[in-house]
Amino acid sequence: MKLPVHTSPYGSLPNNVTRVMGEVLLALVPGIIALVYYFGWGVLINIGIAVTTALAAEAGVLRLRKRPVRPALTDLSATVTAVLLAIALPPLTPWWMTVLGVLFAIVMVKHLYGGLGYNPFNPAMAAYVLLLVSFPVAMTQWLPPVLLNEHPLSFVQTLSAIFGGGLPDHLTWDTITSATPLDAMREQLKMNKTISEIAQNPMWGDFGARGWEWVGNWFLLGGLFLLWRKVITWHIPFAMIAGLLLASGLFWLFDPESMPFPGFHLFSGGMILGAFFIATDPVTAATTSKGRLVYGFLIGLTVFIIRTWGGYPDAVAFAVLLMNMAAPTIDYYTQPRVFGARDKDNA
Amino acid sequence: MITKNPGSWDFHGGIHRPDCKSMSAGKYLGKVPLPETLVLPLQQHIGAMAEPTVKVGDQVLKGQTIARVTEYIGAPIHAPTSGTVTAIEEHPVPHPSGLSAPCIVLQVDGKDTWDELPEPLPYFDDMDPSLLRERIRWAGIVGLGGAAFPTSVKVNHGPDRPIQTLVVNGAECEPYITCDDLLMREQADRVVEGIKVLLYVVDAEECLIGIEDNKPEAIAAMRKAVAESGLKDVQVVQVPTRYPMGGEKQLIKVLTGKEVPSNGIPSEIGVICVNVATAAAVTDAVMAGRPLLSRLVTVTGEGISTPGNLEVPFGVAMSHVIEQAGGYTDKAYKLILGGPMMGFTLGDDALPVTKGSNCLLAASREEAPPPDKARPCIRCGKCMDACPAQLLPQQLYWYARARDFEKTQEYNLFDCIECGCCSWVCPSHIPLVQYYRFAKTETWALEKEKRQAEDARRRHEARVERLERLERERKARLRQKKEALQKKTAAGGADPKKAAVEAAVKRVAEKKARQAEAEKSTEESS
Repeated sequence: MKLPVHTSPYGSLPNNVTRVMGEVLLALVPGIIALVYYFGWGVLINIGIAVTTALAAEAGVLRLRKRPVRPALTDLSATVTAVLLAIALPPLTPWWMTVLGVLFAIVMVKHLYGGLGYNPFNPAMAAYVLLLVSFPVAMTQWLPPVLLNEHPLSFVQTLSAIFGGGLPDHLTWDTITSATPLDAMREQLKMNKTISEIAQNPMWGDFGARGWEWVGNWFLLGGLFLLWRKVITWHIPFAMIAGLLLASGLFWLFDPESMPFPGFHLFSGGMILGAFFIATDPVTAATTSKGRLVYGFLIGLTVFIIRTWGGYPDAVAFAVLLMNMAAPTIDYYTQPRVFGARDKDNA
Repeated sequence: MITKNPGSWDFHGGIHRPDCKSMSAGKYLGKVPLPETLVLPLQQHIGAMAEPTVKVGDQVLKGQTIARVTEYIGAPIHAPTSGTVTAIEEHPVPHPSGLSAPCIVLQVDGKDTWDELPEPLPYFDDMDPSLLRERIRWAGIVGLGGAAFPTSVKVNHGPDRPIQTLVVNGAECEPYITCDDLLMREQADRVVEGIKVLLYVVDAEECLIGIEDNKPEAIAAMRKAVAESGLKDVQVVQVPTRYPMGGEKQLIKVLTGKEVPSNGIPSEIGVICVNVATAAAVTDAVMAGRPLLSRLVTVTGEGISTPGNLEVPFGVAMSHVIEQAGGYTDKAYKLILGGPMMGFTLGDDALPVTKGSNCLLAASREEAPPPDKARPCIRCGKCMDACPAQLLPQQLYWYARARDFEKTQEYNLFDCIECGCCSWVCPSHIPLVQYYRFAKTETWALEKEKRQAEDARRRHEARVERLERLERERKARLRQKKEALQKKTAAGGADPKKAAVEAAVKRVAEKKARQAEAEKSTEESS
């Protein structure tokens, strides 16, 4: 009697990559719904463009690399990259910019380094930075949230704006777009206004910018779901938020009139999304428990530094990429104590 | 010192998976009737292979030693029944490699006649412990939890390592396996008797018996037996059900709070750990003078008609054992020796049961599906969270794949206990343990090569040195000879012969001169 020979352990394994990536996508849903609610159909259209491009690019590259296509498409990793990039882009980003960004993320950042698991940089963030430095104007033209938007665009109008660059006759780009809250805060602080003066503007809500703070809350909900499902561990989000709050809180205490309240930092820009969905990308993050704390903390700190003194209003993408570079070194110096290690306590 | 709050510690990581023990738990299917032939591998334990003491054609009796130990780490093999040795040859054995190894083949005569046994030692506590160790060694007892390390070596910890705690492992954390559970439920006295002997042999202050809380009947039976034995400082400790609780290092940590040092053994921290079945075997050897001839084997899985536990003499073919459990069902797909976490698949069921065979798991396709194709590592760190040795399996994998065996050692490869938790939780379904086994074997091979190269270099250096020394000595001898010669030549002017000759010549000349003078004067005077 001949029997099949395999190696242990035996049994149906409880976890798989598709489940991990699928739960990340699921966790993004509340935040995406909030984005669509506050900023219109453009968000969904961007996601559609990005995902289609990502899957096509992934399939194309794998065919060129003579690797099996189906397992890579079904692991949903390209979809996650595409969605993360799409929701970081302004809602009316021209379609070709989204396509360019996704192609860069999948082909250059992911596959030229060996594909899933081998890329040193977060593909979505690398692509975002590429677009930001190449098209700074387009990338900062956000729509005002629905509560303040006097000219909401219909689905068809949004489609034509994204694909044809055309707006309805009575509108111009300047009338429908506005700066992001982080940008606005920055500009007005440069004009030597005090925080209390700036806060008079109706764009500010309870603790962050109106609309934005709720997007942050819904992404936070998704992040907690990921923690509960054990897709991510608490280390990176906790340390990243702690880093940002500590730095911003310290400066705010000394100078509350020219330094924004820490809560504003937390719920503005890509901070919550970054802390739970982007910095936690396991491939490019630090991998030891202590290392993840260091990695997260340094990202939070870097975000504050760049936002306050750097050249860009938001900084999550830059901070994440910088720490991607540092991750291997962080891992090397934060190895855990091995069971029974012959150290002082256990000679 | 007695451990306070034993069982109140924890180990890192581990996994929970359905234990699937109810299929066979508490079910005893009896002793397997002897087949016509037994195949007894000479290597059923860790250490040196036993050396046959019988020849083909010899009649042997039950309990007779048929292969003896040759080195300190080793165990003898006994005939599980009486019969005739028909061959000593290579035969397929249960080993992950699937290769053959030397075995003694015994034709069973059916009489089951006992050999003369050594006398029982009921008053063992008057004896020198070394005599008891000798008895354990004679009985061929090895760790019956699966590792099969010779027990006599384990209990010979040496005078410089006093033992505080004897840990008795009844955790049985591998899913499906229930033979230790059954033993504790039904023969708790036999286990406790063995503990009494072992406590005396290793001179331990206390004994902690660790049993997972999914075995309440075993815990109750053992508690009762301990209470009735009147033994003090012996405690049954209920530990949580979590794989690999029964790993030696993990159980010791949970029970005593002490960590076995990296690359070390428990006796370094005053602990000796034995399995419950091993303790029972010690009872037989000491109290009855009987060697280890059989063991309890769990036969289970959806591929078995009547799952349960059987008493199996060593050397019986697994196919024969499975027949006794009602044979295979239609669902049988894979045959695993040991549990689903650390066992290995057998390509064939015509292999003999040996001392380490604790479980035959005939798994269905649903229970043990063929492995998926591995996907790339996404460095999620699940393996790290599950690793009971607190290693970084993701980094080890990375370096093992890159064949960087210096790095794998730097990341403590050899602390890996191959429990399989990392492979179990890996979302990419990478056979991680397989990579670590590979890295370990490669490292051993490299070290062997290095040792050989080192030996060769040393030999070469020794030879060069020897040749140089010989050359030096030869030169020294030559020089001495030459010097001696030179000395001779230097002293050549004062050669006594020559001098004598010269002196003689001189004397003669003087004499002649004197004579001539005398003649002259005579002539003058005359």
